[in-house]
Amino acid sequence: MTQMPHAAAGAGDAEAAEGRVYTVSGEDWDEVVAAALQAEDFQSGERIVINMGPQHPSTHGVLRLILTLEGETVVEVRPAVGYLHTGIEKNMEYRTWTQGVTFCTRADYLMPIFNETAYCLAVERLLGIEDKIPERAQIIRVLMMELNRITSHLGGIAPLGLELGATTIYTQGARLRERALDLLELITGLRMNHAFIRPGGVAQDLPPGALEAIRAFGETAPPLVHELRTLIDANPIFIGRNKGIAYLDLAACMALGVTGPMLRCTGLPWDLRKSQPYCGYETYEFDVPVVDTCDAYGRYLVRMAEMEQSLRILGQCVDRLAARGSAGPDKDPVIIRDAKIGWPAQLSLGPDGLGPSPEHIKHIMGQSMEALIHHFKLITEGFRVPAGQAYAAIESPRGELGAHVVSDGGTRPYRVHLRDPSFNHLQSVAAMCEGGQVADLIPAIASIDPVMGGVDR
Amino acid sequence: MSESGGTPKAGAEETHGAQAPQAPVPSQASSRAPVTPAAEDDGNLPARLGEERLNEPVVRRGMFGIQDTPDTSGYGLLRVRRAPLIGSPRPYGSYFDEVADALGAALEAAGVGFSDAIEHVVADRGELTFHVRRERLPEVAAKFRDDPALRFELCTGVSGVHYPDDTGRELHAVYHLLSITHNRRVRLEVTAPDADPHIPSLVGVYPADNWHERETWDLFGIIFDGHPGLTRIEMPDDWKGHPQRKDYPLGGIPVEYRGAKIPAPDERRHYS
Repeated sequence: MTQMPHAAAGAGDAEAAEGRVYTVSGEDWDEVVAAALQAEDFQSGERIVINMGPQHPSTHGVLRLILTLEGETVVEVRPAVGYLHTGIEKNMEYRTWTQGVTFCTRADYLMPIFNETAYCLAVERLLGIEDKIPERAQIIRVLMMELNRITSHLGGIAPLGLELGATTIYTQGARLRERALDLLELITGLRMNHAFIRPGGVAQDLPPGALEAIRAFGETAPPLVHELRTLIDANPIFIGRNKGIAYLDLAACMALGVTGPMLRCTGLPWDLRKSQPYCGYETYEFDVPVVDTCDAYGRYLVRMAEMEQSLRILGQCVDRLAARGSAGPDKDPVIIRDAKIGWPAQLSLGPDGLGPSPEHIKHIMGQSMEALIHHFKLITEGFRVPAGQAYAAIESPRGELGAHVVSDGGTRPYRVHLRDPSFNHLQSVAAMCEGGQVADLIPAIASIDPVMGGVDR
Repeated sequence: MSESGGTPKAGAEETHGAQAPQAPVPSQASSRAPVTPAAEDDGNLPARLGEERLNEPVVRRGMFGIQDTPDTSGYGLLRVRRAPLIGSPRPYGSYFDEVADALGAALEAAGVGFSDAIEHVVADRGELTFHVRRERLPEVAAKFRDDPALRFELCTGVSGVHYPDDTGRELHAVYHLLSITHNRRVRLEVTAPDADPHIPSLVGVYPADNWHERETWDLFGIIFDGHPGLTRIEMPDDWKGHPQRKDYPLGGIPVEYRGAKIPAPDERRHYS
C-alpha cells in the first residue's frame, strides 16, 4: 500500500477493506482530490464518501453530514444527529412542573424564551387557566419572544457570513445581537437559559430602567439592521452563494412538514402568530414577510424582514407597558393570582443573589405559620395538574415549535415532548442539496438555521 | 420504578385535595366517566355518581410518598378507581363535529365503518383526539391528508408515551396533524401492547414523520412497520434499551452540597 499524503494515521486493514480513508483538516481540497485521483484503486467516476462533522465549524454545532461525492457534486447526503442528546425530555419527568422550565429552556439554546413559552402554554392549557394569565405577563412574554427572535435570527445570519468568508457580516451582526442580548440579560439576568417564563406568567416584572433601555434599543437597532441590509442584500458574492441554492418549493415543504421562514420563502404567509394567535398576538400590528424564491437567499430576506417586524412589535409592547405604569404586584401582577399555582414570593436581588423578597421572608418566617406552610408546600411539592394531554404550538424563529405535554394528575409532567422545528427541517437537507456542489451545502444548512440543542434535546 | 404512578386516567380520579383548580370542562374525566342519560334524574346526582364510582375497579392504593419504607407521611387507605374507557359524547363543540363527520363520510366512501377505524373520540381542553385502531392508521391518515373537507397537509411529528399500567395498551404514539387550508388541528392516538410493539409507519403518507418515527423507535421501542430505515437517531447504534420508557431508570449519582448528600433526581422524595 503506497503512502498517501492524507491517509489517516492508523487507517488499518479493516478500513482498507472498505476503501481508503483520508483525514482532511484544513488542507487544500485540490491536493486531496489529486491524491484520490492518483490512488491505484480509483477508477474514473467512482464515488467517494466524505464525513463532514460532527466537529465542523460550518455545521452549526455537532451536525454530521455523510456525503457521497462524484468530484465536487453531492450525489447523496445523509445528516446524522444525536451528538447533543442530553435527555431533556426524560429529565423533565423527574422535576416539578415549574422546574421543567429550567430544562426545556436549554433545548434550542438560541431561542430559550420560545421553548419556555411553548411548554408553559401547554401546561396552562392542562390547568385550564389560559384566560387567567395576567395581561402584563402576556405583554412581557411577547416582548421577550420578539427580542429573542431578533437574537435568534442574527445568530443564524451572522455566522452564515462567517461561513461564506465574510467576517464583517459576522461582526456587524454580532454587534446588534449583543445589544439585544444585553436587554435579555437586564430583564432575566442571563443571556440564555433564562427560565423566565413560568406556568401562570413570568418569573418577575421588568427591572427599573428596562423600558428605557428597550426604547433606546428600538432607536439604535433599525439603523443597524439597515446597515446589515446595505452590506448583504445586494452583495454580489452573497447573492452568488445563496440565490437559487437549497431550492425547496411549497409541495416539498408540505410533504416534509417544513414551517417558518423556509415555508414563507415559498410564498405562503403561514405564521401561527396570525393564524392561531397566542399570548395576545392578535392585538399587535405586524406583517408576515413573504418572498417566493424558495431558496437560501429568500430565507435570508424573510429573516431580515421579520427582525424589522419584531422591532415594530417591541415598540408596541413598550408603549403598552408604559401606559400601564408600575402598579406593583398586587394591582398589575406578572403571574397568575391563584395562590395554588402562582409563585408565592416576589423575586428580588439581595446581597447573596436572587431570591424571595425580604418582605416575603419576613412574612413567612415571623408573621404567618400558614403562609410558611403554603410556601413550603408549593415550592417543594409543586402544584398538581389535572390529568390529560395538551399540544401548544408557537411560531418560533425556525418554525412551528410544539410542546406535547401529558399529565397523570401529579406534581410532575408524565411526558413532555418538544416538537422542534430544527429536527424536522434537517430532514430536508437531502431534498435540497443532492445534485448540487459541496460548497453549496454550507449556505443550504445555514438557511435551515438548525440548532443542535433543539434537534437532539 | 414505583414513582411512575398510575396512568393519567388513574390520576384523574384521585379524590384527595387537588392542588390545582379543575379545568372548566371536566376534561379527561369526561372521556371516561359514564354518561348517564338525563332521563333518570330521580335520585340525588352526587350520591348516584358516588355509587357509580364505588363500583369501578380499583387501580391504585395509597396516597403518595415512599411505599417501601416505614414512612408514615402518606395516607395509605386511599383507593384510586378508574372508569371504563369511553369517548366524549356528541356534540364535541367547535369545529370538531365537522371534522368527525367529514372523516366518517370519507371512511364510509372507502367502505370502512367509522367504529372499525376509530376506537373512540375525545374532545378535551379545546383539542380533538381520534383514537385510531392501529391496523387502520395509514388509511385514516391518508383520508385526513387527501379528503377536501379534512385536508390536513402537515403532520408535525410523532410523540410516544409509555403507560406501563395501561395493560394491553402500554405504548401510545401520538400524531398532531395541522390543516393549513382550514386552519385546524387534530390529534391521532394509536396504541400498541408492550408484547407486540408494532404500529404501521406513516412515512408513506407524511414523509415528515421519517425522523420522528425513528426517534420514537429509539426512545420508546415502538417498531414502525414499513419505515424505510428504522434505526436509532438520538442514541448510539449499539445502545441497549429505550430510554424514555418508564421502566428505564433516569440514572444519576448523589451530589454533595455543603456537607449534605443530595440524592439523584430519581431517588428524591416526590409527591406524585
